[in-house]
Amino acid sequence: MAKTLFDKIWDAHVVQVVDGGPTQLYIDRLYCHEVTSPQAFEGLRDRGLKCFRPERIFCMPDHNTPTHDQDKPIEDPVSRDQVDTLARNAAEFGLTYFGMMDKRNGIIHVVGPERGLTLPGMTIVCGDSHTSTHGALGAVAFGIGTSEVEMVMASQCILQSRPKTMRITVEGALKPGVTAKDVALYMMSKMSTSGATGYFVEYAGSAIRSLTMEGRLTLCNLSIEMGARGGMVAPDEITFDYIKGREYSPKGEDWNKAVAYWKTLKSDDDAVFDKEVCFAAEDIAPMITYGTNPGMGMAITGRIPTTDGMDDAEKISFEKSLHYMGFQEGESLLGKPIDYVFLGACTNGRIEDFRAFAAIVKGRKKAEHVTAWLVPGSWMVDEQIRKEGLDKILNDAGFEIRQPGCSACLAMNDDKIPAGKYAVSTSNRNFEGRQGPGSRTLLASPLTAAAAAVTGCITDPRELM
Amino acid sequence: MKQKFDIITSTCVPLPLENVDTDQIIPARFLKATDKKGFGENLFRDWRYDKQGNKIESFVLNDPTYGGQILVAGKNFGSGSSREHAAWAIADYGFRVVVSSFFADIHKNNELNNFVLPVVVSEAFLKELFDSIYANPKTEVVVNLPQQTITNKATGHSESFEINAYKKHCLINGLDDIDFLLGNKEKIEEYEASGKSC
Repeated sequence: MAKTLFDKIWDAHVVQVVDGGPTQLYIDRLYCHEVTSPQAFEGLRDRGLKCFRPERIFCMPDHNTPTHDQDKPIEDPVSRDQVDTLARNAAEFGLTYFGMMDKRNGIIHVVGPERGLTLPGMTIVCGDSHTSTHGALGAVAFGIGTSEVEMVMASQCILQSRPKTMRITVEGALKPGVTAKDVALYMMSKMSTSGATGYFVEYAGSAIRSLTMEGRLTLCNLSIEMGARGGMVAPDEITFDYIKGREYSPKGEDWNKAVAYWKTLKSDDDAVFDKEVCFAAEDIAPMITYGTNPGMGMAITGRIPTTDGMDDAEKISFEKSLHYMGFQEGESLLGKPIDYVFLGACTNGRIEDFRAFAAIVKGRKKAEHVTAWLVPGSWMVDEQIRKEGLDKILNDAGFEIRQPGCSACLAMNDDKIPAGKYAVSTSNRNFEGRQGPGSRTLLASPLTAAAAAVTGCITDPRELM
Repeated sequence: MKQKFDIITSTCVPLPLENVDTDQIIPARFLKATDKKGFGENLFRDWRYDKQGNKIESFVLNDPTYGGQILVAGKNFGSGSSREHAAWAIADYGFRVVVSSFFADIHKNNELNNFVLPVVVSEAFLKELFDSIYANPKTEVVVNLPQQTITNKATGHSESFEINAYKKHCLINGLDDIDFLLGNKEKIEEYEASGKSC
């Protein structure tokens, strides 16, 4: 029977299907960060258990890490305790640990692919919804809760209902100034924040195939923002080129065998998806969000929708959202002054994102009233920035590069956007208070963030290209 | 945590907003704990308290008119972050059931793993339930897990809801998934020996 890419990987990992219920799925990789793992380790201790397959578990702190002075102890004692707890747990349970200041440290969803830990055909989980990122390499990767983290630690398996499958096809060539981030924000604006709930998405079509590996990582990262369990792209030469030579990737004869297997990982021509959605690349413009969920986005040149035609329940939520953001229905955002710019996160904290940002700000100056936080996704990204001389371009334009971590994406460290301030952010969520209590987030691409950083207001990046 | 589940009859707390994300249920700054205790205090923190820590009287959890073990929420409840702290906060506050017309996947699993029952109802049933609660805050709802039914006692209308047989068995008997998985290690080792893992 014809199978989708998802079916092939899922089926190869089924240990058993439980009577009247979920599938017991074998997990190849468990990634752990400090926020969603301590209670899972505690649970193992309470039950007197060890990790069943410690060699398959990789740990690193990222959410609480400060973006300066990482060589010193974390100032916030509660954050410090959570990070120290992960280090202690990793040592006690015999797990691989990339601590702060280790050159392999960074945001877990940036580090996994760049170290060659994430490979095609794998099942990957982490107590973090943006685990969907890893699907870009052709893996079945999804976020889970802490009880499920404990489950995987105890048995290297998880009980999950099999999701439905959806294929989102984007055909054509993306226009100049349109990035993978814009493609994702466009999809969310069309499908809403729950349009893919219950589904595992495969992205396909010529516009997706022509994305770089890093663009695919950005796209798959945002799958959860449409509600999807995960998103994936079939592995191809772009994927193999990206993986080859990375620290944990297969070498020698193992490499040849792996590639031969990976080449089978694509949906059969006659495979049937539960749902198919198609978009045209030419319809997509640089995007920006105006509301408090990632589905509330529009072309940067567009106008905020009006409540005409909304039902009462929808209207209450929509109006609450615009009130929080301080925007009016029907208005354009172009030219609105902004206060902060954040470049980083598991969504857009990779080298290509820094290249894009640098390309816009090169030869220009940061607007004086704007505070900009540029946070590489990992030390490896930081090293590459310096190798390419991007640090010089950014410094000349009045920007400084901070140390890696999740940072202002969810503001668990000190990088908090103050109440009422506007931030153009390359992260993934514009929820109320996400970047600090009262913060107002506008999600956009690194190009759009850079344009806002130098003009001090919401600007169509194509005007500066 | 392992509270056995059977039939619950309770008044409800109405929260008619859509797309309530887990950042609202429990903001990130409260995720730094290394245990599962006390999250109920900060449930819906930024809707419940102002910056000075004073109660926002208009928010439903601060309104003595409404109370009970059942939270009734608008569609797409629990979207966004996978943080199980959201489910811990809901359970710790005292809710045993969340009723909505649609739940985000990860949060739904997190509720089930903490013996909080997510009950999916039709849009029409949800709307009528909100109307009943606002007309009479003493309106009771009966959630019968063995029968898989939910009844609005004000109107007498019932709906059946879905839950997989395995999870239902776990909730009724106070069992969790680890109990199950530890019981079949041989199958896991057999799978590993098959060479299909990556």
